[in-house]
Amino acid sequence: MDLDSITVALRSFWTLWLMLLLVGIMAYAMWPGNRNKFDEAASIPLKDDGQEF
Amino acid sequence: MTSATLTPGAALGGQRSDEVRYYEDVIRLFTIAAVFWGVVGFAAGVFIALQLAFPALNLGLEWTSFGRLRPVHTSAVIFAFGGNVLFATSLYSVQRTCRQFLFGGEGLAKFVFWNYQIFIVLAALSYALGYTQGKEYAEPEWILDLYLTVIWVTYAIIFIGTVMTRRESHIYVANWFFLAFILTVAILHLGNNVNVPVSLFGMKSYTVVSGVQSAMVQWWYGHNAVGFFLTAGFLGIMYYFVPKRAERPVYSYRLSIVHFWTLIFLYIWAGPHHLHYTALPDWAQTLGMTFSIMLWMPSWGGMINGIMTLSGAWDKLRTDPVLRFLVTSVAFYGMSTFEGPLMSVKPVNALSHYTDWTVGHVHSGALGWVAFISFGAIYFLVPVLWKRQQLYSLRLVSYHFWTATIGIVLYITAMWVSGIMQGLMWRAYDNLGFLQYSFVETVAAMHPFYVIRAMGGVLFLTGALIMVYNLWRTAKGDIRIEKPYVTAPHKAAVGAA
Repeated sequence: MDLDSITVALRSFWTLWLMLLLVGIMAYAMWPGNRNKFDEAASIPLKDDGQEF
Repeated sequence: MTSATLTPGAALGGQRSDEVRYYEDVIRLFTIAAVFWGVVGFAAGVFIALQLAFPALNLGLEWTSFGRLRPVHTSAVIFAFGGNVLFATSLYSVQRTCRQFLFGGEGLAKFVFWNYQIFIVLAALSYALGYTQGKEYAEPEWILDLYLTVIWVTYAIIFIGTVMTRRESHIYVANWFFLAFILTVAILHLGNNVNVPVSLFGMKSYTVVSGVQSAMVQWWYGHNAVGFFLTAGFLGIMYYFVPKRAERPVYSYRLSIVHFWTLIFLYIWAGPHHLHYTALPDWAQTLGMTFSIMLWMPSWGGMINGIMTLSGAWDKLRTDPVLRFLVTSVAFYGMSTFEGPLMSVKPVNALSHYTDWTVGHVHSGALGWVAFISFGAIYFLVPVLWKRQQLYSLRLVSYHFWTATIGIVLYITAMWVSGIMQGLMWRAYDNLGFLQYSFVETVAAMHPFYVIRAMGGVLFLTGALIMVYNLWRTAKGDIRIEKPYVTAPHKAAVGAA
């Protein structure tokens, strides 16, 4: 089996690869350990930035 | 206002936690340019709307004919108004969310500003003189395309450089949307403008790809200009300015991550829905339709995220017309991203395509979503950039809001009725199997709706002029004597009285 035919075989499952990618992104977004990080990130625009005067 | 004497970016007593300095001169310039081109673009729109209702307004001159002025209108509102709004808001918020001065310093940002304005003027002149590639939203000829590429790459360097040198460890979600917008627009622009000039010193050029491939490349570009310029870019505005104005963090940061990745992944495939029932292969049409329908989910997820940011602060909608602009824009976003996938379904498209329904759909997005969120961001920015404590008048913001909203409603309802009527008349057969109406009969039937549409445009333009006056007085430091909005809950106000 040469490289070309492996590529073709893998490519024919593209919906599966993209689905896995989406599942990965969802897992990253929903991962309990990331909660604090995202809560902090959400408050970035609200930090004091010297606009109040 | 004593604070008017503060210099931009100057340390403000003990209020600022660190020594970050922000570059605001160029943001002010972009804001002024956005307002200026907005009025020009809206006025051009009103004029060409009147041309459709009253063809005598073509004036019998080729330079003022509808065919040449229409791209002047579309480019003025999308690229001149929308573009300058995006430059202003992205370069403003990237500095604050990254706690960093603009990468490349003042010179690079000023370079982008002045050259972009020159590009706009050159493009508009070239359309009026009859130079065009004939591709919707990609009309500028090859030499102007090259010029724009230099400007855009410089902008990308400034933005990406600022993100890369950030002092905040996390890249805030608004910056993700701005990054997607900048990178994708660059790729779209290069991909759709692979042209061979006829001569070295002439304007005329021809595309390398031809036939249906050329059409597909054009609508890959065209739909993603909507998806990444008018959607992803302005979603960046939503994710910064709605939380900022509502003084609440975004409803769900997790949802914003899912929103970002699903939106950018799905949008890029939706272009073929512009080519239903053409020479484009059926499978490609169906692919475009399927991805357009899947777009419902990220679009509505994003809309929910934007609107729900106000949960617990809904009363602010009553007392803050600026926030009302921002939130109504997100509601319009939800409405037009519901309508879009519906129209991409092939049997619906068979009725709607080439009719005014499409024009109405585009304007519910352009006026309701893009322009309203821009107005909200501009009303937020001007007092901050000119170091004023408040706008000249919140009541005038409210007048602007209602004038513009009635204008939009007139516009889109007129186009719905006109478009569906037009589509039904085109497909009507008599009992002998002949087409029931000649084309000119459908044109005559549309006349009253063209007049209503133009009236909607006049109202929208009037609202924008109210904004110009309000912003002008704000920049001067004036405050209008008017009945203030009661910010306390209604019950408490009654109790106090």
